[in-house]
Amino acid sequence: MEHLLEQTLNGLQLGFVYALIAVGYTMVYGIIKLINFAHGDVFMVGAFLAYFGFTSWGLPWPVAVLVSMAGCAVLGVGIERLAYRPLRARGAPRIAALITAIGVSLFIEYFTSLNFVFGSDYRNVPRVLPDRRWELGGITVTNVQLLVLVTVLVLVASLQFVVYRTRVGKAMRAVAQDTDAARLMGIDVDRIIACTFALGSALAAAAGALFAVAYPQIHPFMGIMPGLKAFTAAVLGGIGSIPGALLGALVMGQVEVLTAAYVTTDFRDAIAFALLILVLLLRPTGLLGKTAPEKV
Amino acid sequence: MRKQAFAPAAAAAVLYLGLAWLRQAGFIGIYWGQIMDLALITTIQAVGLSLIYGFAGQFSLGHAAFYGLGAYVAAFVTRAFGGNTLTFALALAAGAATAGLVALLIGLPILRLRSDYLGIATLGFGIIVKVLLDNADKLSPVLGGARGMAGIPRLTTFHWVFWLAVLSVWLARNLVRSSHGRSCIAVREDEVAADIMGLDTTQFKTLAFVVGCAMAGLAGGLYAHLYSFLHPSSFDFLKSFDVLLVVVLGGLGSLTGTVVTAIGWVFLLEALRGVLGQQFLDWRGVVYALVLIVLMILRPQGLMGGREISLDGVLGRAAARGGAGRGAA
Repeated sequence: MEHLLEQTLNGLQLGFVYALIAVGYTMVYGIIKLINFAHGDVFMVGAFLAYFGFTSWGLPWPVAVLVSMAGCAVLGVGIERLAYRPLRARGAPRIAALITAIGVSLFIEYFTSLNFVFGSDYRNVPRVLPDRRWELGGITVTNVQLLVLVTVLVLVASLQFVVYRTRVGKAMRAVAQDTDAARLMGIDVDRIIACTFALGSALAAAAGALFAVAYPQIHPFMGIMPGLKAFTAAVLGGIGSIPGALLGALVMGQVEVLTAAYVTTDFRDAIAFALLILVLLLRPTGLLGKTAPEKV
Repeated sequence: MRKQAFAPAAAAAVLYLGLAWLRQAGFIGIYWGQIMDLALITTIQAVGLSLIYGFAGQFSLGHAAFYGLGAYVAAFVTRAFGGNTLTFALALAAGAATAGLVALLIGLPILRLRSDYLGIATLGFGIIVKVLLDNADKLSPVLGGARGMAGIPRLTTFHWVFWLAVLSVWLARNLVRSSHGRSCIAVREDEVAADIMGLDTTQFKTLAFVVGCAMAGLAGGLYAHLYSFLHPSSFDFLKSFDVLLVVVLGGLGSLTGTVVTAIGWVFLLEALRGVLGQQFLDWRGVVYALVLIVLMILRPQGLMGGREISLDGVLGRAAARGGAGRGAA
């Protein structure tokens, strides 16, 4: 029983990290209907920037994370500006944008693998917090777990605030609902899309930094699997919906950790994706997704 | 043989004799010969995805899984029954049939999903297959699991790949021009309208998916017997992207675009190796990604944009126009 609770806690930690990446996917998808494959790589860059901030530049950890979030926000806006906006301006088919996103993802991975950038070696992240653990009713809770849970809760709450209580957030929701109508109402759509990328990328950077604390080994290809799983989580929850992304991420984290603990580590990824296919078959738009009526 | 089928068949025969002679006489060495074989294998694979995505509009990100299934099944057959021409033909057939059968079983339920959701479901399927291949040694030690499968007889020759590639393209062309093919295109253009017009859309989506995946399985069998070694990492989802890139860059709904791009892409990657030299391993991925991004921004509709090259067109007569240029999704 204690073991199960501890595993649930581990699953919660992983699910919370997925959640931070998943909201970025879901927001971008909600607005421009693009699977931004480069998002997982922004997550990776976030982990590296926080790592360098902490080790090479000697910044305190929280400051290193903030610097990394700012850096990735710029990176996200840059990707949007250079790779996606030209395609949008030409009214290119959606598949062209998707292929470009794959190209951007590969570019970031291989470019950062070059020796004069991050290099292709695995790096060990030094301990950020002193090793503390508490016994709570028979289960062990670590300070890393608390750090992850609290940081993610704070960030998601701030995101809720931005999306539902500010003008930019209102504009984002308007653009997501109907881009053309929003443009007619005087909203600068390109600027709102850039804001969405900045916000999503900053959250992905925070996720990368937390991931590096919780699973302390980083390398340029580390973003692929978490990125894919986070996107899957967003689809699982119903893409375009922020609560859906959170729910999907929590389910994904639990399934992954519980399969590894009680079934087999070998088939962990297979079971997570089999679950996704099953859910899609039963609810084709995800757990919290709205079923749009068929337009003829 | 009808008149309009004669010219392409003659062209293929001339091309075959020419290339075979160049290889026989040593003008094309072993190294470039192998690249050529790989380019033709990629063509078979890409023509399969072209049917699924370019013509039927079904967004599949799991193509490499069927390629891998075909490769492993075919390799298993020749390992079990020995390597001669007959067992090789059987192995290729078994690989293609397995891929087609699995495509039928998985396709019937998941082809109900639309666009991106289908893409994610097929991507998930691809990851499941990769995990199964990683653990395949638990099923039979011969399959090698994560260590890879070795000792596959080297049976793939230029003659096999050339004629199987011609066969695949010919089959795809005939399918696309048949009434079944036109139904597939109707589903791509507007699934709801096609349904209302009385087409059994599930049937045509499944047809294109099964035939396309069987071609991937066939290509896999050829690949296994070209390099005599298989590793699960050759069939992960990045390999599915490779094929998707070829199909989209070639232009959705253009078979000749797919063929030209498949061959061009494989040779481009080899040319990069020559140009970059020692630095190749580091820079290849970067240049590959940049080429991809720039090509997509300059020509988002793909190189051919749905048009076909035809012999008539090349000979100076009016260029034939294939399916509409706008792809699905």
